[in-house]
Amino acid sequence: MIPNEPAITPELIAEHGLKPDEYQRILDLIGREPTITELGIFSAMWNEHCSYKSSKKWLRTLPTAGERVICGPGENAGIVDIGDGQAVVFKMESHNHPSYIEPYQGATTGVGGILRDVFTMGARPVATLDAIRFGSPETPKTRHLISGVVAGIGGYGNSFGVPNVGGEVEFHPRYNGNNLVNAMAVGIADADKIFYSKASGVGMPVVYLGSKTGRDGIHGASMASAEFDENSDEKRPTVQVGDPFAEKLLLEACLELMASGAVIAIQDMGAAGLTCSAVEMGAKGDLGIDLDLDAVPCREEQMSAYEMMLSESQERMLMVLRPDMREEAEAIFVKWGLDFAVVGSTTDSKRFVVRHQGDVMADLPIKELGDEAPEYDRPWVETPKPAPLDPSSVPAPNDLAGILLDLIGSPNLSSRRWVWEQYDHLILGGTVQKPGGDAGVIKLSGTDKGLAMSVDVTPRYCEADPFEGGKQAVAEAWRNITAVGGEPLAVTDNLNFGNPERPETMGQLVGCIKGIGEACTALSFPVVSGNVSLYNETQGKAILPTPAIGGVGLLPDVNKMATLAFKDEDDAILLIGGHGTHLGQSVFLRDVHGREEGAPPPVDLGVEKRNGDFVRTAIRAGRLTACHDISDGGLAIALVEMAMAGGLGCSVSVPGPAHVALFAEDQARYVVTCKAADAIALIRDAEAAGIPVAELGTVGGSDIDLGDGAAISVAKLKERHENWFPEYMAGE
Amino acid sequence: MKSAVIVFPGSNRDRDMMDALTWITGTPPVSVWYAEDKVPDVDLVVLPGGFSYGDYLRSGAIAARAPVMPDIIAKADAGVPVLGVCNGFQILTEAGLLPGALMRNRGLTFVCREVNLKIDNAETLFTRAYEPGQVIRCPVAHHDGNYFADTETLDRLEGENRIVFRYADADGGITDAANPNGSQRNIAGILNEAGNVLGMMPHPENLVAPHQGGTDGRALFASLVEAVAA
Repeated sequence: MIPNEPAITPELIAEHGLKPDEYQRILDLIGREPTITELGIFSAMWNEHCSYKSSKKWLRTLPTAGERVICGPGENAGIVDIGDGQAVVFKMESHNHPSYIEPYQGATTGVGGILRDVFTMGARPVATLDAIRFGSPETPKTRHLISGVVAGIGGYGNSFGVPNVGGEVEFHPRYNGNNLVNAMAVGIADADKIFYSKASGVGMPVVYLGSKTGRDGIHGASMASAEFDENSDEKRPTVQVGDPFAEKLLLEACLELMASGAVIAIQDMGAAGLTCSAVEMGAKGDLGIDLDLDAVPCREEQMSAYEMMLSESQERMLMVLRPDMREEAEAIFVKWGLDFAVVGSTTDSKRFVVRHQGDVMADLPIKELGDEAPEYDRPWVETPKPAPLDPSSVPAPNDLAGILLDLIGSPNLSSRRWVWEQYDHLILGGTVQKPGGDAGVIKLSGTDKGLAMSVDVTPRYCEADPFEGGKQAVAEAWRNITAVGGEPLAVTDNLNFGNPERPETMGQLVGCIKGIGEACTALSFPVVSGNVSLYNETQGKAILPTPAIGGVGLLPDVNKMATLAFKDEDDAILLIGGHGTHLGQSVFLRDVHGREEGAPPPVDLGVEKRNGDFVRTAIRAGRLTACHDISDGGLAIALVEMAMAGGLGCSVSVPGPAHVALFAEDQARYVVTCKAADAIALIRDAEAAGIPVAELGTVGGSDIDLGDGAAISVAKLKERHENWFPEYMAGE
Repeated sequence: MKSAVIVFPGSNRDRDMMDALTWITGTPPVSVWYAEDKVPDVDLVVLPGGFSYGDYLRSGAIAARAPVMPDIIAKADAGVPVLGVCNGFQILTEAGLLPGALMRNRGLTFVCREVNLKIDNAETLFTRAYEPGQVIRCPVAHHDGNYFADTETLDRLEGENRIVFRYADADGGITDAANPNGSQRNIAGILNEAGNVLGMMPHPENLVAPHQGGTDGRALFASLVEAVAA
């Protein structure tokens, strides 16, 4: 018998992250003092990470339905119909806290967890993306964090065997104490063969699948629901360890099992492992679950019920099995060398009963565990709207060429090749647009259809104006998908914020969600899945509000995809959406003048849609030779990126003051190129649609000539662009 | 042409290889599970890329001792063409079918990028559809691709014309800058003595269709089709 019954003290309750009123709620619910195992189960189910108790009220306001949406938030991942009997299944999730404490393992298990969320629904993963954010490059720990996180993301995805086709890497001092790792996975399933977590049938076997249970990750979800302090390094044991080899076997075994028809319901063991998965399956099916922990495959000896219920050991699944298929099912798992153990059954009691060594360790009402979780309407204050920046307060630079070189070789605008070359972005053979473009694009096997994917957010905009920033994150994801010729389908969101118990932080969360909701509604781009990561704060310093938006779009024919590279000499360069005037919160203002000021560029969603629809139609009609959206760094950086990608220069002119036109980050804009002979018709059609369009100049030569003697060699720009990251990581 | 692709636990470019073989040979290959003790009679046996057994212990070391391997060795000895790509190459060296070893990349990180390969020997079963000295594009994606062998072995490989592919610059120059992993003498692929077993780190199967950005890898499979038909 394992000794396992310490007295429940106020200290113990606090250590479990439960507030006194939350504990009182437990007492009211069960009418007695909980056992230690029960206390652990409540803390697992009711922490911020699992219960969304601070954000739920606001998440409900997001648009989640759409013509193509098969399954919105609430399941393991969102599902959208892409025609021909196929569906795309996707979600993004954070692994911020563990990645700061243990970068390699924190990142690997982030990737592993999100892949499981996708294949537990019956989908084969076809792509991943990662948005990662770090503190200032000058902070001593940053290099260590990047190298661990990148190696971890690569180490898991490369071995598992899924292409990593895009994402973001950003630096800002506000991430010094809390880096962000947001991993997104995308899979493809047959639309009529999707698996859900809702159990059905009484007396059905509950089966444990995958790797064995160890002591790793206990309290992982609770750790992710608290701020960091000076003792956070002590939390290392709460970080799980990833085994991509086991996950690859689990993927193949699960897909084989699902094809056999043996699965009634299935749920991966993610945060709070066995507890969350069992409770969710039972509660969704209005059933009870009886678990017998003596049958759980354990990696370590003498594990207590408490430890088993809270372990976050990776690469595990829980399934409700058709009893008549047990032998076939077990044979599949034996073939793949994985554990298969019947650990319980469904009941009609609606109780969650956990037995261990002959004792009942927990006996709780299953519905209430999930449904009665505390929900807070936390006080919040609206972020004051900043005054727009007067562009005339920003002096024109003397050396435009030098500034371009500095910007394109700066930490935030330099090439991310050093990162994505460590990720296998070609496996599965369908990658038609590699990292480095506006969106990653994969071709779907056996068809000409493609999926375009992009993760976007501009945290400095969200900090200045959460509402406009939230809108902008959605608009940019929508625009990036549009810029390759994709029809934006739906998004997954990953809301990373500080401590919601501060009204200012809560105000940021509320503002961003409102902005996201407005943009998703206006652009018919519903939210189908997501994750909230709060308490990204260290010793009172919070991260920038970072609601990352992962968008997925559909290309009917990948042969009609656009890329950003300049293609041919003498092609005409057009600016769709007109010249910019907003320098507030721009990269130019921050990196050249050291000022993070003003209002971010406003997002007019009607204009966004109109301009984007025009560009997409032009791409699909084969009228464009290149297309790139304008974002960080404005028109100038967009042109440089197109030139570097194509190895061709250009000659353009812009109206004065040139630095405003070149570096303003006004939204809803694209740079496109077309054959010179096609330019007139394109301009005419844009104007007919009411879209401001300007002919900027032509592609050609080996220099970028912005007028006024600011010509600079593309090769030189590319050298600076490519060198920053490897030199930084080498410690130079 | 009939072919077989061996699937080990942790193989992950088996589907890419099967797609390429299906498109180019016109016949879908047979997928053979590592626990089988016999590979069907085929014209080509392929060990695909991946992380068999997670690359735990040493890349390819555990797979080289899998139940299916004795029959593959017997077929190789009998002259059946055997192709090992990436993890397959690692398995072939661990199984003793090819000399040398694949060590961790010089830069210590995983490398996924397109490289140029120079065809050093265009008279093999695997390369006869290429021109001698031709430079082709081909992706690499590996953590342990740094080819190592002792000087005597390297001299012998060179002397017997068994180095089939070398990492090169776009003009065919064998330079250190063109070497993605630190392989000795820029070796990317080698043959066994009899000329029927090829191991290579790059992935020709990922550059065989226009949507992949090129078809430079196609001729490798076309060479085998041609050789089998001859």
